[in-house]
Amino acid sequence: MKRIALTLAAALALDVAGVSARAVVINGAGSTFGCPLYTKWADEYHKQHPNVQINYQGIGSGGGIRQISEKTVDFGATDGPMNDQQLAKAQGKLVHIPTVLGGVVAIVNVRGVKSIRFTGPLLAGIYLGKITMWNDPAIAKANPGVALPDEPITVVHRADGSGTTYCWADYLCKVSPEWKKQVGVATSLDWPVGLGGKGSDGVSGLVKQNEGSIGYVELIYALQNKIDFAAVKNSAGRYVKASLSSVTAAAAAAKMPKDYRVSITNAPGRGAYPISTYTWLLVYQKNQTPQGRALKVFLKWMLRAGQKIAPSLAYAPLPARVRAMVARTVAGLR
Amino acid sequence: MNEASETVVVAGPRQRPGDRFFRYLTAAFGLVAILLAVSLAVSLWRGSQAAWLKFGPHFIVGTNWNPVKEKFGALPFIYGTLVSSLVALVVALPLGVGSAIFLSELASPTVSDVCSFLIELLAAVPSVILGLMGIFVLVPVVRAVEPFLSRRLGFLPLFRGAPYGVGLLAAGLILALMILPYITVITREVLLQVPKPMKEAMLALGATHWETVWGVSLPYARSGIAGALFLSLGRALGETMAVTMVIGNTPKISASLFDPAYSMAAVIANELAEAVGDMHLSSLVAIGLTLFGITVVINGLARLMLYRLGAAGK
Repeated sequence: MKRIALTLAAALALDVAGVSARAVVINGAGSTFGCPLYTKWADEYHKQHPNVQINYQGIGSGGGIRQISEKTVDFGATDGPMNDQQLAKAQGKLVHIPTVLGGVVAIVNVRGVKSIRFTGPLLAGIYLGKITMWNDPAIAKANPGVALPDEPITVVHRADGSGTTYCWADYLCKVSPEWKKQVGVATSLDWPVGLGGKGSDGVSGLVKQNEGSIGYVELIYALQNKIDFAAVKNSAGRYVKASLSSVTAAAAAAKMPKDYRVSITNAPGRGAYPISTYTWLLVYQKNQTPQGRALKVFLKWMLRAGQKIAPSLAYAPLPARVRAMVARTVAGLR
Repeated sequence: MNEASETVVVAGPRQRPGDRFFRYLTAAFGLVAILLAVSLAVSLWRGSQAAWLKFGPHFIVGTNWNPVKEKFGALPFIYGTLVSSLVALVVALPLGVGSAIFLSELASPTVSDVCSFLIELLAAVPSVILGLMGIFVLVPVVRAVEPFLSRRLGFLPLFRGAPYGVGLLAAGLILALMILPYITVITREVLLQVPKPMKEAMLALGATHWETVWGVSLPYARSGIAGALFLSLGRALGETMAVTMVIGNTPKISASLFDPAYSMAAVIANELAEAVGDMHLSSLVAIGLTLFGITVVINGLARLMLYRLGAAGK
């Protein structure tokens, strides 16, 4: 009984302290890809700045864009940049703030094959349904010395709308004109072939269970679950396996426009992994509310301490050059 | 209306204020339910107006679902929902009615009570758990059985195609598992309501157990069984999680039960969160309205049938 009373008193005291310090609650919503990191950042930031609390809901990039456009949250988060039409609809000038990078990797389940390599056109051919057998000469050419079985390819893709699909399709668009014309890029697609799995778990489960299948998942998911994945030929002609450093290398090699809306798939650079992407926060250029001011301070923290936390959760941090550029943009927020 | 007049009889000619208050209160509760259903339909309509205006009837009969080019047709989803539910009914009906006959007519009361308690527990299993079981147990089994089925029954287009495991068959089976407890428990209850003298008379005439069940119990209970069936169908049509985990999520119409398909509830759950385009969003809501419409129609038909059966029974 006494202990309960004490706990209650302590809780009350904390509460009072919080109120007296004018606690600011910042609400954000969007990308599920960034959700684990943003939640971790919110947690760490609250420990260091007890008067600021950040609530982040991973409702999906589509929801994030809609909510920030209608100003129902203080910041949004998205895996694919907003287009001009969407930006025009927002209630003010929205700024994209790149936070971290992710990669998408190809996973396969082929009998007797330990490691496999792909080129962009190969992946596009497989996902278009043009390359249907594992012993296709085109696959054999990229994998000299690998005994590829005479078996059909089962294509697996994400069924739920996802930034992972966006990045994957964005890459295929760049390496295959046919993909660009026939399928295009979005978070959900009209897939020419294949089975749909729900979430990264669903895709990797289907690949694991079906011999002769190929799928794609986020790099983070593959690393955390220790799933081996394929090397992909980059635009410099080298086969590169995805890693935090090869993803950051892709970002460092790509040219960054002023508004940060950039696709870094098929980036130049010898060490660059070609299926990489930024993920962004969306904030208003002008936000005079207490939340807006607190958000600006948080973004500065994100660029220093936040970036150091990212690799521990398998997110690739921003390259130094981009970090400096974003710091100037954040300083310009009003 | 009937109930209202009865209330008056119970309360007597002079109603006390408390009675009146209670009557209005409960009437208000009833109205809230109706209002909810109507406002649901209205808000679904408002959310999907853009899609209906743009595609018109093509939304229902179109087979193309392309979020990139913003062309939307819902037929593959409607097909997947209806066929997977139908498979579920075909599988679960004989199983459910059969076990209900055993529990109500043949088993000892103790066995019957314990078994039906366990079956009711099955109805309480969350669908996502069933979905997980579907992925890890059912799908591998289906994948192993499919080559055998296509060897033996391959002359039917229903059983052709590559054995992925996931697809309409797996979705139908998981749904069957889900609705089986409803069919069993309700049918058992209804069969227990069959008046004993009728059965005893039949047995006294020298009928076998089977003849009694077939000739007396089942005809007597048919409206109840039909009710159980439609209740189950309603659940199967709207099931989302377990289905999306095993159906393969591919919006294509194909004759084979082995092929992956998609259901209306599953596509809404999968694509809504990341639907960026307005037309995409509107089309997903339109699918919701279509699903709502289909369940209303099926429930209406069920009411009509139960009414007819009831009238015929009397």
